[in-house]
Amino acid sequence: MDGNGEQQARENRQEEYRLLVESIKPKHNLLQNCVNAFLVGGAICLIGQLFLIFYSGQGLGEKEAAAATAGTMVFIGALLTGMGVYDKIGKFAGAGSIVPITGFANSIVAPAMEYKREGFVFGVGAKMFTVAGPVLVYGTLISCIIGIIYFLLQ
Amino acid sequence: MQFVLAFVVGGLLCVAGQLWMDLTRSSVTPAHILVGFVAGGAVLSALGLYQPLVDFAGAGATIPLSGFGHSLAQGAIAAVRQKGLLGAFAGGLEANAVGVAAAVVFGYVAAVLFNPRG
Repeated sequence: MDGNGEQQARENRQEEYRLLVESIKPKHNLLQNCVNAFLVGGAICLIGQLFLIFYSGQGLGEKEAAAATAGTMVFIGALLTGMGVYDKIGKFAGAGSIVPITGFANSIVAPAMEYKREGFVFGVGAKMFTVAGPVLVYGTLISCIIGIIYFLLQ
Repeated sequence: MQFVLAFVVGGLLCVAGQLWMDLTRSSVTPAHILVGFVAGGAVLSALGLYQPLVDFAGAGATIPLSGFGHSLAQGAIAAVRQKGLLGAFAGGLEANAVGVAAAVVFGYVAAVLFNPRG
């Protein structure tokens, strides 16, 4: 009888402990992450759409308006990263702040800023391309391969 | 309506990136996501599958990095039509010169002017 009560109490304590751990440990909630990524990523693209319509209204062609929009979004991403705002957004948004072109700008500014004390050549100049380098390497590689395949199929 | 489509499609592309991060091994970094989106966008574009998404969603398709891949692929294809084989090497970067130069210039200025905090 006594043994049973003790066991019961121990199980209760373990259950309490489990609930405590559950409440403290960070939640890797897939659904919540996806909702956050959707909202922030969508909002960034909506701002991009505003600029796209604005530049189209200024008489730029479709390609020029898209290029001007990309440049503007890169400017905003770089500025917000410098001000320390973009990393705060990133903690909340996950991929929602990585996938848009503002995330590309963030990936250039953040390491360059971090390693500035190593000088303007190997610090800023080199670290700017920690992430942008691979993106440009594979982007250029694939666009050349696609061009060559298109040339051969013509 | 344009804004709703840009929001929804852009948001969904980001969800695809989030699922990739959360459902695969933890060694997937933002660099992998960005390279993957550029490569994926370029391949879809070459197959003629990305332009319809751009027509449908505008900035919702061009602002995610897959839009950069699309622009690279279409630049290369358009330049091959005009200049032949030389265009395969010139077209992709030519089409994205503004974006790349903006990234280098604004990125450099921001990194020099600001200091990391915390």
